[in-house]
Amino acid sequence: MKAVFLRDLRLAFRAGGGVGLGLAFFLIVCTLVPFGVGAGGDILSRIAPGIMWVGALLACLLSLDRIFALDGEDGSLDLLATAPLPLEGVVLAKAAAHWVTTGLPLVVAAPLFGLLLHLPTPALPWLLTSLALGTPALSMLGAFGAALTVGVRRGGLLLSALVLPLYIPTLIFGAETVRLGAAGQDPATPLALLAGITLAVVAAIPFAAAAALRVNLR
Amino acid sequence: MSLWEYANPVKFMRLSGAVLPWLSAAAAVALVAGLGWGFATPPDYRQGATVKIMFVHVPAAMMAINAWMMMLVASLIWIVRRHHVSALAARAAAPVGAVMTVIALVTGAIWGQPMWGSWWEWDPRLTSFLVLFLFYVGYIALWSAVEDPDSAADLTSVLCLVGSVFALLSRYAALFWNQGLHQGASLSVRAGERMAPVYKQPLYLCMLAFFLLFLALVLARTRTEIRRRRTAALIAREARP
Amino acid sequence: MAPLLTVTMLAVARGGRRAVEGVSFQLDPGAALILRGPNGIGKTTLLRTVAGLQDPVEGRIDLVPDSVAYAGHADGLKGALTVAENLAFWAQLFGAGRAQVDAALRALDLGDLADRPAAMLSAGQRRRLGLARLLVTGRPLWVLDEPTVSLDAASVLLFASAVRAHLACGGAALIATHVDLGLPEAAVLDLTPYRADPARPAGRAPASFDEAFG
Repeated sequence: MKAVFLRDLRLAFRAGGGVGLGLAFFLIVCTLVPFGVGAGGDILSRIAPGIMWVGALLACLLSLDRIFALDGEDGSLDLLATAPLPLEGVVLAKAAAHWVTTGLPLVVAAPLFGLLLHLPTPALPWLLTSLALGTPALSMLGAFGAALTVGVRRGGLLLSALVLPLYIPTLIFGAETVRLGAAGQDPATPLALLAGITLAVVAAIPFAAAAALRVNLR
Repeated sequence: MSLWEYANPVKFMRLSGAVLPWLSAAAAVALVAGLGWGFATPPDYRQGATVKIMFVHVPAAMMAINAWMMMLVASLIWIVRRHHVSALAARAAAPVGAVMTVIALVTGAIWGQPMWGSWWEWDPRLTSFLVLFLFYVGYIALWSAVEDPDSAADLTSVLCLVGSVFALLSRYAALFWNQGLHQGASLSVRAGERMAPVYKQPLYLCMLAFFLLFLALVLARTRTEIRRRRTAALIAREARP
Repeated sequence: MAPLLTVTMLAVARGGRRAVEGVSFQLDPGAALILRGPNGIGKTTLLRTVAGLQDPVEGRIDLVPDSVAYAGHADGLKGALTVAENLAFWAQLFGAGRAQVDAALRALDLGDLADRPAAMLSAGQRRRLGLARLLVTGRPLWVLDEPTVSLDAASVLLFASAVRAHLACGGAALIATHVDLGLPEAAVLDLTPYRADPARPAGRAPASFDEAFG
């Protein structure tokens, strides 16, 4: 599992891996929104939690098709399926690598983008915590969507249509955590629910994704 | 003879062919009677004549959820027992369920406009129906995108299973997210026990009518799917050297 | 000695239709079997079924779990990684060490190319790297699909000697090919007589939607 994880990381950081792309996209979203809604500090700081979370969602979506599509094209997936590591482990390792290359940079860079959007200071720790707890679920669910569509040519749009509805609970609880934090209320409940969803997703989705991969390998 | 015998395409075609005309006729009669009765009810003292949209809205909303339930059960049967008719029935039910969802959303908007003063509110109930519609769209899109029918049946079944969990999760998350803002706006009418019998009886008839209509549509669509598969199989056999 | 692979009355399906059926054979340690037959008869499908990538429609495949090393049409190489890195990844996944990687590189004459990115290799060199992967898996049963495509004469010889060394160590190989591999000692099985009968006799399990409704 470590081998798959490290290989995906290495591939992401090599030329053409596009590791910074999600971050750049996130920055663009945070730049465009003030143009769209006006730069009045009050509006921005009120919608900042939502923008951050929706931006994180879309940035994560960008690189999902890399998880399995490339391996499917060059035959690696066939070989991985015959390796001693069960496919569930492959899914987990690849989703983890995806998170490290897209989710983790977002978490680290979030304070900076929060500054751009006038996110209230008390909400900042909650933004970091909710992103750190929520983005692994995004990567894992994305891996499930990618596993479903690995056999579909030009499946990018289909992948988005399948995955985004699955993101709704994570988005709701994640944004709610930040919103409550910004309002100075106790965000423990949505945060606990967010963490619960992530745990359940990481525990259960690898099996569904591996089942979908096996179907697509036939 | 066990129930599973009807999962055999030939037997299914024979039985469904015999049942379908009667089912369609019953659905048509119940629909005309239920809606006619519904429209003959007196206007509500508070809501006026707009309350009559309930006789379309509530049964459609009910079937929107039941259709997904049926797809879930059919998907499970396909995964566990590999009955081809079951997978095709799930495929056939999806567009019907999606249309029911749209009907529920549109009639809800028309009903809600005079009640709440806007066509759309981010009420948890409305929101979860919108989310349900998104799940229907994804399911239908996956069916049409995967070329191999066996793989498509497997993949959509997995999606249906995972989607069911997340649709339910979204429902409760939406409740959490916008709790209390519009609560009760329409609940007093929907909750059966607080409704006058003069509305309740035609509503039950309409629910039955929509149920029969759904059954007839799914049966007809499943028969179409089977015929389509048979055509494809015959063409494939002809093309063989 | 127990056979590494026993196939009994196997039927496989491709694209929802039976390709070949009634295939039986056995592979003992040290033996190689070459599958032949016209295009589209189902050689690739049969190999993928043996490798466990898809389920048989009928019949049995008996082998020791995790004993298959499969090499298909695609080599599963990453252009951004060097030759050595590509091989080291598979070695790590299959629990092999640095020594096996070096030995595999030497066996297929890739030593000079070890630090070159796989994207810069020629088609034949890529193929050789794909075959070197078999050596680091340490698996006894090689299942190879057209292994010598785009190899030149010298490389075919290298491949043949690698297969011979594998057989000498008690391994076995199941190879689908159209060309001469330089392995005269290998047995040959022609799949043509096993082509599936499209008219489905009653009582057989349907292979797919199409068969269920045909």
